[in-house]
Amino acid sequence: MLETFNFRVIFVMLPQFCHGLAGTVWISLVALAGAMSIGVVACVMRLSGRRWLSVPAVVYIELIRSTPLLAQLYFFYFGLPSMGLRVAETWTGIIALALNSGAYMAEIIRAGVMSVPAGQVEAATASGLGFFQRLRFIVLPQAIGVSIPALLGQMIVLVKDSALLALISVFELTRAGQLMASERFMPAEGFLTTAVFYLLIYFVLKYASTQWQKRLIFQPAV
Amino acid sequence: MLGVYLTNLWASLPFFFKGLWMTVQVAGISLLLSTAGGFVLGILSAQRLRGFKWLVAVYVDVIRGTPFLVQIFIVFFILPEWGIRLEAFASAVLSLTIYGTAYICEIVQGALKAIPRGQTEAAAACGMCWHQQMRHVVVPQALRPMLPPLVGQYVLLIKDTAVVSVIGLTDVTRVGWLTVQRIPNGVIVFALVGLLYFIICYPLVFLSNRLEARFKVDRNLL
Repeated sequence: MLETFNFRVIFVMLPQFCHGLAGTVWISLVALAGAMSIGVVACVMRLSGRRWLSVPAVVYIELIRSTPLLAQLYFFYFGLPSMGLRVAETWTGIIALALNSGAYMAEIIRAGVMSVPAGQVEAATASGLGFFQRLRFIVLPQAIGVSIPALLGQMIVLVKDSALLALISVFELTRAGQLMASERFMPAEGFLTTAVFYLLIYFVLKYASTQWQKRLIFQPAV
Repeated sequence: MLGVYLTNLWASLPFFFKGLWMTVQVAGISLLLSTAGGFVLGILSAQRLRGFKWLVAVYVDVIRGTPFLVQIFIVFFILPEWGIRLEAFASAVLSLTIYGTAYICEIVQGALKAIPRGQTEAAAACGMCWHQQMRHVVVPQALRPMLPPLVGQYVLLIKDTAVVSVIGLTDVTRVGWLTVQRIPNGVIVFALVGLLYFIICYPLVFLSNRLEARFKVDRNLL
């Protein structure tokens, strides 16, 4: 099975894979920042109690959750130019990733917000804090603290989803593997190396998630 | 211009329905297989079989840590190198089953872990053999908390079938991709693709929301 496996070529192509890894990390971080912002905004809109704010948020979340990322990616990739917008592939991909992950982030943060006792919000209101002050100082810090493990889980999903960007010819890890498969006719070496790099990212994030969960358990009641 | 596109799109609607049928077939078969696989692996790894438990953990981590796109490339491009020839449909179902089994196995494991030990001990004290304990005591109790995440996972798996379009299987996403070459308006073409996925997935998303809400109320009452 592995007797024909060519490790030398992997070493020759290693710079390309490192380049791809940098691409994946960079894309994931930018998309993560976007997704977190979208998630917080969508969550606050959904829980605002005003219909004209909550209905668009619910429609956005359910639309994203009921359609595949690949269809969303193609929607932006083929759709933006036909609306007369010229956007680089990388940014098209980042927009699609951020919008996709944002919906899931919104749901995760909503679960976190629900876990904040209502008494806290009432106490904050009684202390004379306004809506945004309550959000900024009371609700969101606790909500996000509780949902960090779930958010890290979503981040793992985001990193893996960024592989789909290879299909719109963005250079990242999967694309590096694809190029190795098509230029050198070595799909085994190419895709297995890609998989190993993704596993590295996965184990780092998984470790971070378990560490945070331990911290949460040892903390006096949040 | 838009009118021409829309009439063309209307004319190619049967093509979309064919794609939808392919998506339903791939999703249906692989969901059935991965549910069966996930239950078997999950139940077996809840037993005291050291080596087996460890193997399942490694398998779940490897699948969870790599993108499905890379997995399907590995199945489709590398297995033939090792002498296993599969056509596109079989490769798609095989890779989806390997992928889905890992996630469903994790859900089953989590639900079984939540059943108190006393239940199995009591069942054993009643003279039930292992098979009877599982069949009549443990699994029926685990099914209820398992249901919401399981339905959620089904939605994710159905959406992931979009990725099988990259190995040339003509599912809805690939029909959209082919159509957008003739009808150069990505917005309407992929809005239709999204709508078709929405029709399949939204009922399940709705069901999962309802199940989660119901489960939460029960827990608060306890």
